[in-house]
Amino acid sequence: MSKAPFERVVTEHGPTVLRVCRAVLGPVDAQDAWSETFLAALRAYPDLPDGANMQAWLVTIAHRKAIDITRVRARAPIPLSEVPEPTAPLATSYSDIWAAVKALPSKQRQAVAYHYLGGLPHKEVADILGGTTDAARRAAADGIRTLRRTFPPKPESKENSQ
Amino acid sequence: MITDTDDLATAAQLAPLRFVDPQLLAGLHADLANAAAAAGILDIAYRTLDTPVGTLLLAGTEQGLLRIAFDREDHQQVLDALAAKVSPRILFAPDRLDDAARQLDEYFTGRRRTFLLPLDLRLSTGFRRIVLAHLPEIGYGHTESYSQVAQAAGHPRAVRAVGSACARNPLPVVVPCHRVVRADGSFGSYVGGPDAKRTLLTLEAAA
Repeated sequence: MSKAPFERVVTEHGPTVLRVCRAVLGPVDAQDAWSETFLAALRAYPDLPDGANMQAWLVTIAHRKAIDITRVRARAPIPLSEVPEPTAPLATSYSDIWAAVKALPSKQRQAVAYHYLGGLPHKEVADILGGTTDAARRAAADGIRTLRRTFPPKPESKENSQ
Repeated sequence: MITDTDDLATAAQLAPLRFVDPQLLAGLHADLANAAAAAGILDIAYRTLDTPVGTLLLAGTEQGLLRIAFDREDHQQVLDALAAKVSPRILFAPDRLDDAARQLDEYFTGRRRTFLLPLDLRLSTGFRRIVLAHLPEIGYGHTESYSQVAQAAGHPRAVRAVGSACARNPLPVVVPCHRVVRADGSFGSYVGGPDAKRTLLTLEAAA
């Protein structure tokens, strides 16, 4: 069995990797993480064993790239960009959801990103984050519960946001 | 991906996190292709080009133009074959093929008679390669028979092998296998189909 052209990997998994990076890092740094993830993946692609789980592989690379970027930002002398205060509960805008996600504890944010957006089973999320499968499942569930409180979904505006 | 404990409320909760702007992705993709080329890990770049003989797939390595494919060859299958034979590090990346696309455009509009492009001929070896090396010597607007080409390639009896070298030409149009015709003057078969061969020979005869 031979490998698909890498272009097909980008087409198939590009949106998922962007969602994962965005949830972990926010929309701006996510672009750097996306690029670095796919550049690293392209480099390693010929040596990837046939039949490997592509999505899990990419999400794992994205996880490492996100950590690298977070470390660089933490060292940077520039002050961290301010987290906007949650605005009035009825306001809907993208910055609100990103602020809500950013406010989650990092384990919860990662568990939500890798399980719900990256499509990884809790067991594989646990492999990436360390800890048990149960802990990964709890972190994802806690994250969703917190988001439900800090950024309640507004079904009537759902179509507008698309 | 909705699994086990998920429910509709969770899906609604996650909806704003799922929306991805296709234009943003296209921009990220273009940047990736440039970064990969700069890092020397874009083994094969490709693009398509609309021409009078249909949409052509153009693929190139750092060495040169590697493959031109007609629609009827199925571009996805051609890319699959390149991934297996050369490298799976393949991206849609038009920049590397700008020159080839421009020269092909000029050819199809009658403004170019010879191609000046670096070619990567690694897809053809042995006798086929010898045949392909001879083909550019058949001038624009001229034709040779399969047996004339066999003679020029140093194997006068290898007429059928010339036919198969032409049928498997990885760089049709640029390496002009369309100028090889039957001894009776009829066009014979062509990797791009008989209509494409007629179009090319008519274009060259008119110029």
